[in-house]
Amino acid sequence: MMDALILTVILTSIPLILAATGELIAERSGVLNLGVEGMMLMGAVAAFAITSLSGNPYLGVMAAAAAGAMTAAIFAVFTLGLATNQVATGLALTIFGTGLSGLVGAPFIGGTVDGLQAVSIPVLSDLPVLGGLLFQLDLLAYGAFVMLALVAWFLNKSRAGLILRAVGNNHDSAHALGYSVLRVRCAAVIFGGLMAGLAGAYLPLVLTPHWSEGMTAGRGWIALALVVFASWMPSRILVGALLFGGITIIQLVGQARGWEMPSQFLSMLPYLATIAVLVLISRDRNFALMRAPAHLGRIFIGTR
Amino acid sequence: MISMTPRKDISMQRTVLTPVFSVLLTLCVGAGIFAVLGYDPSAALYQFFVAPLSRPDQVADLFVKACPLIIIATGLAFCYRANVWNIGAEGQIVMGAVCAGGVALFFPAIPDLLMMPAMIIAAMAGGMALAFIPGILKTRFNTNEILVSLMLTYVAALFIDWLVRGPWRDPESFGFPLTKSYGDAALIQRVELPGIGTIGQLHWGVVAALALAVAAYFVMSKTVFGFQVKVMGDAPRAGRFSGFNPARTTLGVLCLSGACAGVAGMVEVSANMGQLQPEVSFGYGFTAIIVAFLARLNPLGVIMAGLVVALAELGGDRAQMALGMPKVVTGLFTGILLFLLLAGETFNRYHVQINWPRFDQLKSGQLKSDEEG
Amino acid sequence: MTHAHSAISAETAPVLEAVGITKSFGDFRANDAVSFAIKPGEIHALLGENGAGKSTFVKLVYGLLQPDAGQFFCHGNPLSISGPQQARQLGIGMVFQHFSLFESLSVAENIQLALPAGEVLTSLSARIRELSDAYGLAVDPDAYVYDLSVGQQQRVEVMRCLLQNPSLLIMDEPTSVLTPQETKQLFAVLRRFADKGMAVLFISHKLDEIRALTSRATVLRRGRNVGTMDTKGKSNRQLAELMVGSEVADISRHKEPGKLAGTPPVCRITKLQRPKSTAFAVALDDISFCANAGEILAIAGISGNGQDELMAALSGEWQPPTGDVIVLEGTDISHFNPAARRRAGVGVVPEERNGHAAVPSMRLSDNALLTHHSLGQTVRHGVIDHTATKAIAAQIIQAFDVRVPNDDPMAAALSGGNLQKFVVGREILKSPRLLVVAQPTWGVDVGAAVSIRTAMLDLAANGSAVIMISQDLEEVFAIANKIAVLHDGRLSDVMPADQVTAEQIGLLMGGDDARLGASR
Repeated sequence: MMDALILTVILTSIPLILAATGELIAERSGVLNLGVEGMMLMGAVAAFAITSLSGNPYLGVMAAAAAGAMTAAIFAVFTLGLATNQVATGLALTIFGTGLSGLVGAPFIGGTVDGLQAVSIPVLSDLPVLGGLLFQLDLLAYGAFVMLALVAWFLNKSRAGLILRAVGNNHDSAHALGYSVLRVRCAAVIFGGLMAGLAGAYLPLVLTPHWSEGMTAGRGWIALALVVFASWMPSRILVGALLFGGITIIQLVGQARGWEMPSQFLSMLPYLATIAVLVLISRDRNFALMRAPAHLGRIFIGTR
Repeated sequence: MISMTPRKDISMQRTVLTPVFSVLLTLCVGAGIFAVLGYDPSAALYQFFVAPLSRPDQVADLFVKACPLIIIATGLAFCYRANVWNIGAEGQIVMGAVCAGGVALFFPAIPDLLMMPAMIIAAMAGGMALAFIPGILKTRFNTNEILVSLMLTYVAALFIDWLVRGPWRDPESFGFPLTKSYGDAALIQRVELPGIGTIGQLHWGVVAALALAVAAYFVMSKTVFGFQVKVMGDAPRAGRFSGFNPARTTLGVLCLSGACAGVAGMVEVSANMGQLQPEVSFGYGFTAIIVAFLARLNPLGVIMAGLVVALAELGGDRAQMALGMPKVVTGLFTGILLFLLLAGETFNRYHVQINWPRFDQLKSGQLKSDEEG
Repeated sequence: MTHAHSAISAETAPVLEAVGITKSFGDFRANDAVSFAIKPGEIHALLGENGAGKSTFVKLVYGLLQPDAGQFFCHGNPLSISGPQQARQLGIGMVFQHFSLFESLSVAENIQLALPAGEVLTSLSARIRELSDAYGLAVDPDAYVYDLSVGQQQRVEVMRCLLQNPSLLIMDEPTSVLTPQETKQLFAVLRRFADKGMAVLFISHKLDEIRALTSRATVLRRGRNVGTMDTKGKSNRQLAELMVGSEVADISRHKEPGKLAGTPPVCRITKLQRPKSTAFAVALDDISFCANAGEILAIAGISGNGQDELMAALSGEWQPPTGDVIVLEGTDISHFNPAARRRAGVGVVPEERNGHAAVPSMRLSDNALLTHHSLGQTVRHGVIDHTATKAIAAQIIQAFDVRVPNDDPMAAALSGGNLQKFVVGREILKSPRLLVVAQPTWGVDVGAAVSIRTAMLDLAANGSAVIMISQDLEEVFAIANKIAVLHDGRLSDVMPADQVTAEQIGLLMGGDDARLGASR
């Protein structure tokens, strides 16, 4: 029973990890993309549709990544190309993505697919306790952990990651040094979309093998909170995702068991904690500079 | 690649034509998408935009649908004009509904005439309180109000969920998460015109919403407060020079928009539900953000924009019934419309030139920019 | 094209030679046939007031701008510098006044970003430490930039340049943000560079420093090179004279000495203190002076010496923590915010007309409201009377000859000179008891400048007091009755304009301590 619960928590956290990792890159470059929910839904519908039509869930995964990336590209055209307000454009993207995915997915309602199968890792999956929990997951789940590690390495150890961090910290200095702020941000945003698409794919391909409108049910917004909660550090996304994922489970369990009071307040904790983290970050100017991308959400227009 | 230089003057022509053009372009794009996906574009457009207006009671229902959007977006217009990004209207709606509900349910002895005003005040207080939090955090700690207000929407949703399933649940509701029904004095009545009777679901909340938008327009364009909001949003340094206080402006607009959202919550419950339930807002807080932008942050424009978005919502209902389209398709239109409007804003304010990169520039390195600055 | 060329021998061939460099912006000639040479191992000062052409010249050298005429040479070979990247490749390094650093990254990462791809971080740290020792430039590669003092941050910028092996290092007003200790350390470092054969171009207006550090100096005035000379053996006085020009004081003045002499001052400022608000700010130290009725008091000085801070203190955008610091005709207005000060009779014209004195996206009637809303005629019970604001705007436009494209245009649609006329006229029309104005004719065409100055003279003649903060000495001598000089946050004694020479002012502007500070 406990095992099954923990496994559920892990599985529930996978889409959060994927989406938050992508959004983290976008935000580290200085772009706030509130359209995560919309991009996830596009990924979900693409995954379901292509898997349904082709019978191959891996094709579905690829389609989801492409769908997410293309949706993000729309966002990039407006906010980076035409310098539109990031908040408004992100919200528009969410509403647009929700609508378009609903439209595209309509013929597929009621259907079901064979999703991603679990792949056991030899040797490791025979470990007691951990074997069953961690090493018998599907490939996309392993992918999520691998991507998280890769992103952590990228940000801290690679030159391209350094440039990305610089652009997010001070786009004027980056521009003065000759770096193309817009190109870096565009790449970051599209990566964010790709990951959100993958996150969306996980829902119909692993968690609940069907399609319904708005099936992300707010996970995109939770991923946004998760990035802040993790202080924009990849290492903390894992913890945060398990926490946020776990809390959702607790609330459902609590309701089912009739624990009226604690469950909603428990569920509030991650959000209140996120606010607390935000305040702590902003209070100390130095701490803030270390953590939050200083130019998050600010429009950059290269001046001559 | 794309270079933008600010324009020196904004012509009236352009300001009016851009939204009109955006609407038309949206219809085209939407129709195109429908066609690609196998729906009949003209039938879809008819269901969306014409059918909902074919009878007077349907037009009235349009206003009913637009009512919360207008109230919330009016408050948001002030906020955004001052460059303060309140994304938490969804939560402020809930808190307003909760506080008004508290008055209705626990003080039923209030004289009938005073019940509505009491609820309104309570609703304003509830919404304001929630909006005050990102405000004080921003002015004291420089915390980003977008993220804080967003997080609080979840907190508010969970709070009302707890209330309605727990301490405020009506013992006679057979286990459903519902509070007791409000007394009549706490309900908003339908508008009854002499000789005609009621028109669709039209209720007095609609009248209040329209009056609010008009009053807000007056405040925005004719009072010092409105001037303050605009100056602090456009040029904060000039605002301080003029004698305005940035912290007070921020808190002021947040409280104002929170109060509006709170009232909208109260109106929705009192006009349409008559009791509290876990979901009192159906994404109105976010849709209203779109409305505010569509209205280009002008309170009078909010009426028009609210009606347009409400039309798309009602249209979505009809398209679902008549053509089997999923309900969320309204989002397609509103999303595209907002994209195009935002782009239009950019074209209005800047002279945009697209310079295709020269081949030799492309050759010289991946991440270096074309311009030295 | 024939030109004078320095000695050809390779050892003494100049690192950089400018011949006939000319650059204009529209009608304004920023650099007019500037020619001079910098030899290897030389620390060369570039001296001049604001607007003399120093920053334009330096941008030309660094490739941010292209000259209209003239040529640069390096070791005798003609150069064309297309941009900063090429300038760096040619061996020219530049440290700007405003740094391009990334605060949340480490020093090594900051430096790495300024270098072309291919540097491995670990070997970079080693190279940084190596150079650090070689030049006495204490830089810790692992420190985070937000943790560093401004002086240390500057060293990071210098280190960035060093790693590209420059033969010429340009430093733009480097000591304006340094403490005296840090200045000494910087000078030691620069001397070591010179010893190793690097040339340094040191832009400054601080005469003592120039004489202490540099071996030669070029003085620019109004875009022209008025002299290249050895600095050893020159006095501050001589440098100041060159910088400022002695013909300035000959400009005729059409004002009468304080008509209302003997009356108490309109405004008395006593011991105004203001600590630094950011690392790049200037602290105000014990400033005391009086502004008298009928007089224009000019506060001269090179910008960056506390003018912004003084302006904010006078306008009310910053208020001193204690009272009795600013007293207007008997009323202590120290705690008054800008709106209250306006009610008390203060008119303020800030330096920056776009975004501070006026809102570019708003109409002139609204911009008039900006400084009238606390005064009563335009606002009743919180409601704006738009007819009144339009009338005021029209009045200003008419009285001050503001050229407008239509009745009530956006401020952004006006030319600089016309917007300035509007912004100045807006205050003068209120007949304030005290008018405080900063850089009244900066970036303004001659005709508009004349109207603005005339308007200020007329206001004074009618009995108001005027405080004018200006870095334009010609303007100062043209209309001021009294002059004081602001340097490094301290104010000199206030001197009658007809009893002081331009070179004395120049000395004070350059920081010559002999006559500085009333309370010292």
